[in-house]
Amino acid sequence: MKTLSKIYVGLIVFFLYAPVAVMIFFSFNGGESVWVLDGFSFDWYKSIVTNQYMLSALKNTLIVAIISAVISTVLGTAAAVGIHAIRSKFAKKLANTVTNIPMMNADIVTGISLMLLFIFVGELIGLNESLGFATVLIAHITFNLPYVILSVLPKLRQTDKNLQEAALDLGCTPLQSFFKAVIPSISTGIFTGFIMAFTLSLDDFVISYFTCGHYQTLPIVIYNMTKKTVTPDVYALSTVVFFAVFALLVLYNAIQNDSEKRRSK
Amino acid sequence: MNKKSFGSRLVAAPYYVWAAIFIIVPLLIMFYFALTDQNGAFTFANIMGIAKYKKAFLISIIYAVIATVITLVISYPMSYFMTKMKISSQRMILLIVMLPMWMNFLIRTYSLITILANKGIINTILTSLGLKPLHLINTPGAVILGMVYDFIPYMILPIYSVMSKIDNSLLEAASDLGSNGFSRLKNIILPLSLPGVISGITMVFVPSVSTFYISQKLGGNKNLLIGDAIEYLFNVGPDFYNIASALSLVLMVMILLCLAVMNRFSSDEEDLIV
Repeated sequence: MKTLSKIYVGLIVFFLYAPVAVMIFFSFNGGESVWVLDGFSFDWYKSIVTNQYMLSALKNTLIVAIISAVISTVLGTAAAVGIHAIRSKFAKKLANTVTNIPMMNADIVTGISLMLLFIFVGELIGLNESLGFATVLIAHITFNLPYVILSVLPKLRQTDKNLQEAALDLGCTPLQSFFKAVIPSISTGIFTGFIMAFTLSLDDFVISYFTCGHYQTLPIVIYNMTKKTVTPDVYALSTVVFFAVFALLVLYNAIQNDSEKRRSK
Repeated sequence: MNKKSFGSRLVAAPYYVWAAIFIIVPLLIMFYFALTDQNGAFTFANIMGIAKYKKAFLISIIYAVIATVITLVISYPMSYFMTKMKISSQRMILLIVMLPMWMNFLIRTYSLITILANKGIINTILTSLGLKPLHLINTPGAVILGMVYDFIPYMILPIYSVMSKIDNSLLEAASDLGSNGFSRLKNIILPLSLPGVISGITMVFVPSVSTFYISQKLGGNKNLLIGDAIEYLFNVGPDFYNIASALSLVLMVMILLCLAVMNRFSSDEEDLIV
């Protein structure tokens, strides 16, 4: 049984990673094909460093991801605190339902509905080009918000209700009590929410596709590249991104392990 | 006391404004487009016109259901076996399962082409073994494989996270009371892991039924899904926004209905209105 389960887990891991391995393998291809192997080279890695198109898309992606993650973390944490304080059962349900819409809905519907809003408003105020940086940013904040709220809310439920009152009794102003008592006890939720928002934003294709206009993020550039014949430079780029994410995840895990160890002491 | 909680409730105000403008209003605008013609006059023509896309809807649902079932069947034992490992190996496997999620799904899908193509890896291996090459790409099977591959982490993770919280003493108590492996699975593990299964199903079904990239890349132009139709119509131009909005609206209603049915199975205190 033990070995059987190990084989099973191994097979799934193989299934998950076979395409990744293929991608890494062909990123070193000497030829132009992503099917036929033709020697070994680092040429494609050299070519992505000099590809202005890709580099500017990478810059755009990072800008949108960082700004949208920061804004949605601040807005979402405040929202979670507010939603947590709602007493009316119906109002709470309503807030939860609305929050869940962008998460539950298909990306394509979220993307299209936002695109229609932007075009509609753009026409109202007479813009030629209503889609661009601002609209991608708004779209990303919108789909990040529920993830931040849903990572912070459970932490709020776990914190002692009397904590803030105690802080107030001890002479904190409401604002101080919030920053000194509430924020530290929900900080792991806020951090998780921020990381989720950042990575979701980095990776998003569908919603960006409908709202970006000429502002191209990396997934959009990759999409345009895969429309034509793909050369191994896309694979080289993805390999770099893959190992960057891998390093980040390992780091995140190490930090979590560390903080858990400290807590258990 | 009252003043304090009023203050707490007020901090959510910016979010409510944001949600109203960027969640509710866009859906209302989509609704408006779906029920009007190009000149803004009220019409049911778009909703009626959906009949033309019956086949795309049907194929989307069938493919998505098959992909979801396959994903569930593969993921359930995987999650179960993961919970039986040492904590440190659990962490590692979890990382391994999550890592592909952070790889762009366009690339993940595209690298499947490298494997499945007529001159791809599988066929290269087959021909070098002296076997006949298979026609794998641009088939329904390839599209479904793409869905399974792209979304399987979203099934494994919620099931695993629910299963890992099952109290081991429950299982021990059950075996002490004489239940065998099968009845423990049926009476304890299955019911307790149901919420994870439900959220896994929705997290795989929703993106599968609405995808447009996977079908274009792995299905050729033969297996067009409803997502493809919507994407195509929006790209043709503003004249087609109305009908495309109607299609999106139907897709959304369909998904919401599925979620509502799913929610019936896993009602918890934080349940939603739908």
